[in-house]
Amino acid sequence: MIRLEGVTKRYPGVSRPAVDHLDLDIPEGTICVLIGPSGCGKTTSMRMVNRLIEPTAGRILVAGEDVSGTDPVRLRRTIGYVIQQVGLFPHMSVAENVATVPALLGWPKPRIAARVEEMLTLVGLEPREFLRRFPGELSGGQRQRVGVARALAADPPVMLMDEPFGAVDPIVRERLQSEFLAILRRLRKTIILVTHDIDEAIRMGDRLALMKDGLLMQYDTPDRILATPRDAFVAEFLGIDRGLKRLALVTAGEAAGPSPAPAGSPRIASVTTLRDALSILLTEGADAAAVVDADGASLGSLTLGAIRHRLAARADQSGAG
Amino acid sequence: MLAETLRWPGEHQRVLLEATLRHLELSLAALSVAVVVALPLGIALTRAPGAAGFVTGIANVLRTIPSLALLVLMLPLLGTGYLPAMVALTVYGVPAILLNTYAGVRSVDADIVDAARGQGLSDRQIIRRIEIPLALPVMFAGIRTAAVQIVAAATLAAFVGGGGLGELITAGMGTLDFPELLVGALAVAALAAATELLFAGLERGIAGRRRAS
Repeated sequence: MIRLEGVTKRYPGVSRPAVDHLDLDIPEGTICVLIGPSGCGKTTSMRMVNRLIEPTAGRILVAGEDVSGTDPVRLRRTIGYVIQQVGLFPHMSVAENVATVPALLGWPKPRIAARVEEMLTLVGLEPREFLRRFPGELSGGQRQRVGVARALAADPPVMLMDEPFGAVDPIVRERLQSEFLAILRRLRKTIILVTHDIDEAIRMGDRLALMKDGLLMQYDTPDRILATPRDAFVAEFLGIDRGLKRLALVTAGEAAGPSPAPAGSPRIASVTTLRDALSILLTEGADAAAVVDADGASLGSLTLGAIRHRLAARADQSGAG
Repeated sequence: MLAETLRWPGEHQRVLLEATLRHLELSLAALSVAVVVALPLGIALTRAPGAAGFVTGIANVLRTIPSLALLVLMLPLLGTGYLPAMVALTVYGVPAILLNTYAGVRSVDADIVDAARGQGLSDRQIIRRIEIPLALPVMFAGIRTAAVQIVAAATLAAFVGGGGLGELITAGMGTLDFPELLVGALAVAALAAATELLFAGLERGIAGRRRAS
C-alpha cells in the first residue's frame, strides 16, 4: 500500500542525510511504526509520504501511484494526518474541525453532518455533547480523539500519525492506544505511526522500522525484532528486558498446554500476557498455573518450562508478511 | 476668553462643521488606503522570508519619521492640497498595520498551520480560513493604532493646504484668535479620543464574537 524506494532527504549544509536510502514496504491494513532516537529521521520519513517534505532522491508510492506526480494538496486530502500537538483549529467548533476534509472535498452538507456524528461516536465522544464545543474546552485526551476523528472523516485508506499519544498523560495514553488500535484495525487502515516509545511501538505495530541517523536498522514484526535484534544498537534500544517485552506479545491462553495444573496452582485468566503470568508464577513460587477462561472454566495449564520454551522458540513466522 | 471660546462654535457653525468633515474624510481615506495596502503586504511578507526583514525594517524606520516631516516631504513631490496630505497620512498609517499583520500571522501556532496543510488545505485556504481569523485581534490592534495616529496627524494637513481641523489652529495662530485656536485643538483631541473609543469597542466586539462563536 505504501512503498518507499531508496528515499533520501538531504538538507543543504548538512553532510549526513536526514534520511538515507530508505526502503520500506507497508502492506495494506498494517500498522508500521517508525521508531528511533530523536534525529533518526523517522518524522522526516513520514512527512515525505504526504509531501510536507520533498525527498531529495528516491520514490514513494501510495496505492501504486508515485506521489511526486500528484498534486500535494489533493494527495493530502486522501491521507489522514494526526500530530502530537493535535493542531485542532481553535476558532472552529469540534464539528467544523472534524468536517475539514469532507468540506474540502465538497461533500453535500447533510452527508458531512452525518459523517461528523458517526466519527465522534466512533472515537467515543457523544456528538450532542461535543459538536458545538471548542478545542479550548476539551481535555487533552478529548482533543486527541477529535484529532483522530478529523483524520478519519473522509475515510482515507492511509493514515500518518506523528506521536499521537505524546501529549496525553500515561493513564489516558494506554486507554487511547487500545481504543485507537481497535478502531484502526477494524477499519483496516494502512498506517505509519511515528513514536520514540518502544512500548507503544510494540503494542501498536504490526511491523517496526527501527531507525538511527537516517538509516533503517531493522524492519520486522515486533516479535522477530525482539527475538533477534540485528545488532548491539537495536538490542540496546529494545532494552535489557526485551525478552519480557516479547512475552508480553503472547497470552497465557495461547501458550497453555492441555494437561491440567497440579492441585493448588494459582489460577490465571487466559488473556493474561506471559509476562504477567511469569510474574505471578514467580511471586507465588509455583511452577505451573491453571489457565481459565472468562467464565472460570479450565483451559489447561501454563508452566515455567512452557514460558521458557516460548522464549527459546524462533520468532513467530505467522505474523510476518 | 473662556466665554468667547464657548461661544465660538455657535458663531462659526459652518466653518467648524466643514473642517470636522474634511478632517474625517481625509483620515478615513488615508486609513482605507493604508489598510488596503498594508494588510495584503503584511500577509505576503509572511510568505517571503527574504523580503520580510528588509520591508519590516523600512516600516520601522518610517515609524520614526515625525508626521509633520512626512507631510512637508510630500510638498516637492505632490505640491500642496488634499492629495499630498492624504498620501502622507497613508504612509504614516501603513507601518502599524503592516507590522501587526505580519507579526499576527507569524504568531499563529505552527502546529495548527502544519495540521491544516497536512489535512490538504491549500496555501490560500490556510491564509483565509486559519491564519487571518487567528491573527485578527493583532491585525485589528494595528488598524486601531493607525486610525488614532492618522486622526491626530491629520491636524498637520493644514500646513500643506490639506484642510481639516488644523486650519482652525493655524488660522487662530495667525490672527491670534485664541478661541478659534482652542476650539480647533479641543475638537482634534475629542476626535482622536472618539476614534480610540470606537475602535476599542469594535475590538471588544470581535473578541466577544470569537468567544461566543
